[in-house]
Amino acid sequence: MDTYQLTVNGQQRSVTVDPGTPLLWVLREELKMTGTKYGCGVAACGACTVHVAGVATRSCIVPVSLIGDRPIVTIEAIGDDRVGKAVQDAWVAHDVVQCGYCQSGQIMSAVALLKDNSKPSDHNIEESMGGNLCRCGTYPRIREAIKAAAQQLK
Amino acid sequence: MSAATTSANDLRLSRRTFLRASATAAGGLWVSLYLDFPLAAQEPGAGAQQPKTYPPDAFVDIRPDGKIVIQVNRLEFGQGVQTALPMILADELDADWSQVVAELAPAADVYKDPLFGMQMVGGSGSIAHSYQQYRELGAKTRAMLVAAAAAGWNVAPSECRTESSVVHGPGGRSARYADLGSAAAKLPVPATVQLKNPSQFRLVGKRVRRLDSRSKCDGSLKFGLDLDLPGMRTAVVAHPPVFGARVRGFDATAARSVDGVREIFEIPLAKGTGVAIVADKFWPAKQARDRLTIDWDLGGVERADTAQLRAQYKQLARSPGMRSIARGNATAIDRVAAANRIVAEYEFPFLAHTPMEPLNTTVRFDGDRAEVWAGSQFQTVDQSAIAEVLGLKPEQVTFHTEMAGGGFGRRATPDSHVQREAAAIAKRLTGTPIRLVWTREDDVQGGYYRPMHLHRVEIGIGANGMPASWRHVIVGQSLLADTPFAAFMIKDGVDATATEGVADTHYDIPNFHVFAHHPKVNVPVLWWRSVGHTHTAFVMETLIDELAARAKADPIAYRRRLLSPKAKKLHSVLRLLNEKSAWRRQLPRGHAAGIACHESFGTGVACAVDVSIENKRPRIHRATVAVDCGLAVNPLSVESQFEAGLAFGVSQLVAKGAITFRDGRVEQRNFDTYAPPYMIDAPMAVDVHIVPSAEAPSGCGEPPVPVISPAVANALARLTGKRYRTLPLVTL
Repeated sequence: MDTYQLTVNGQQRSVTVDPGTPLLWVLREELKMTGTKYGCGVAACGACTVHVAGVATRSCIVPVSLIGDRPIVTIEAIGDDRVGKAVQDAWVAHDVVQCGYCQSGQIMSAVALLKDNSKPSDHNIEESMGGNLCRCGTYPRIREAIKAAAQQLK
Repeated sequence: MSAATTSANDLRLSRRTFLRASATAAGGLWVSLYLDFPLAAQEPGAGAQQPKTYPPDAFVDIRPDGKIVIQVNRLEFGQGVQTALPMILADELDADWSQVVAELAPAADVYKDPLFGMQMVGGSGSIAHSYQQYRELGAKTRAMLVAAAAAGWNVAPSECRTESSVVHGPGGRSARYADLGSAAAKLPVPATVQLKNPSQFRLVGKRVRRLDSRSKCDGSLKFGLDLDLPGMRTAVVAHPPVFGARVRGFDATAARSVDGVREIFEIPLAKGTGVAIVADKFWPAKQARDRLTIDWDLGGVERADTAQLRAQYKQLARSPGMRSIARGNATAIDRVAAANRIVAEYEFPFLAHTPMEPLNTTVRFDGDRAEVWAGSQFQTVDQSAIAEVLGLKPEQVTFHTEMAGGGFGRRATPDSHVQREAAAIAKRLTGTPIRLVWTREDDVQGGYYRPMHLHRVEIGIGANGMPASWRHVIVGQSLLADTPFAAFMIKDGVDATATEGVADTHYDIPNFHVFAHHPKVNVPVLWWRSVGHTHTAFVMETLIDELAARAKADPIAYRRRLLSPKAKKLHSVLRLLNEKSAWRRQLPRGHAAGIACHESFGTGVACAVDVSIENKRPRIHRATVAVDCGLAVNPLSVESQFEAGLAFGVSQLVAKGAITFRDGRVEQRNFDTYAPPYMIDAPMAVDVHIVPSAEAPSGCGEPPVPVISPAVANALARLTGKRYRTLPLVTL
């Protein structure tokens, strides 16, 4: 067990865990932030996506020991960000969610995309969102909502 | 979830007090009604006209703060009933929609499906079966509030009208529902009530956004897996590598060395035995499981093997089997010249449901009672199973329905195998809440798949280009054998869930013969969203398309010629599809259109897709869908189910869309080897068109699934000249 100082959503948090513990489980079980989801544990579904130093990251395969001082942003705080808020609002306006379990990860990936590219094409959207599974299949509305958020942010 | 806990406490209170409508402690009106529908009387085995007594559970709670809390008698797992059922009730109640709060009801008799007689989600019946029920609940509650206001004003109820949670009386008087609750609670529940004329609906039929949207976009909604109870421990189970194998012995030395591991012990499984690991948290539990060394006894356990099953099924398909349908002349086909015959064999693999939220259940056993938290499609069955494992009566098990991250049938298991595992573990750790988690690997490898199927079809084509005779053999495990549903769904040995979509086809084929074989295989199987229609629609709709192509006919026109005039919904959706898919005639080079239609769960669906081939995979540029589901209670939700449900249906086509066996072991492990559709595999855009209808609502959860795979295969056939009869589509 080791102790790590993490910056999560702008706050300093201290956790004592096994160094190999993935960031996902630190967030969910040590910090009780359950908005970030477990879907596969092998970075194949994107439900666990968070931002680490602004980069969309699959938290299920990143050991906490590798985070260092890079700031982490999760779904719980993404609405404090202008782009994050626009994406969440677009998601609600387009009634995107069904079961909703994958949507934290979808939104985190979409925010990272829009921060990088303010006018994404269908191709850009497919590239950035390509690893986020939605078993309900809400993909058409995810596309629409990303385009609507981009429009809103212009 | 705190809301669920509150309602369960209220439930116990209400059972003691046994009131029909009562003033709650907070002073609001709490209406509990149960309506005995004619449908309920048809429940098999329930005894036709037996009078029933129901506990006076709450459906509607009108709170003094103006909030109207409506209990939803179903699991919400994406399909939208948590919004649609409250809409139905709130409409008749004339409630202020902005003040409506929906809660998922715990397990209780009063929340049973009026048609199925158990609390469940399945058969696309949530709206279809509870539409009338929720309307009457709303109307009766409204009548009580109006009666209370009218009595207070000394006027006749007929002089009052209601709008947005307010009763308006003569002389400009008005009273808020929130303030009428206590007085209304003292009045009798009316036996009969006038329902609205549909033209008076304010919510039903309107595009209403989901109530759970915001909380699913900001991470605040708690799913079953997000539960955090004081003292809770997490458990995982090491399952046998072959279904039904047993633990001979195990070495837990390394596993016990993981920090946070509490207990490791053997437990019984639905088939065979396994080893449970209980830890403080999930990660140590999983780490410990990876370090366990288990000696499995595989003796006497059949080892399924996909290649062998395929050979066996092919053999079976050449013998008649059990008769499902026999219409017209059985041997007419044998007299048709080879040139006018199609002989086709289709293969379908096992499919896992893989809902995004891994399976889980939390149980706390307190000796003389237990509490359970689960996203369950089968509350009644799961509650009983847990009670049985714990040596309790079902009513001693408080069962909270948790929001679930998808299900598609996977959370409706007749043997409650996940819940039994959780209960077996909780039983050993009395007083400790045990959250059992099935990892994704457990889910992919753990069975309960859509069964592997093989179809063999021989068609004799008549002089008019229409099928004159049709002999169809379906081979696949029975879903219902050895379940409580067998009695009324298996007739003469034929499981109706294997032949639905073929046996009841609306295509008018004079000589039509369907047979089935249900081999016993050591692989647990389960309904997968749209059940038999997953494979039967593919077979029917690709063959009809092939016939239309041979007849050089337009695929929509050909279908309409062949469909019985009685297939009103299919005719109406094909007519609408034809109108809305004019794009079919102006496609870019390298694109082709594919058509399919199918009726399932009472809903007619027709679909046209625009497909090209990119990187050797089908690229679905567009899908146009026409739907006849009777009255669309929430058209926004219907559109959503169809847009996304098509993508779910694509699961059958994707290259890694198969569960296969070698020597009894599942060859896939996680989403890296069993991959459902990603964004690139799904239709890029979907437009949904709903046939206007005043008929009773029919289901929309499952009907989107069957049409997409055949529509895409039909488009591919146009592009490549090949007919696709083996799924998934590994090569084009």
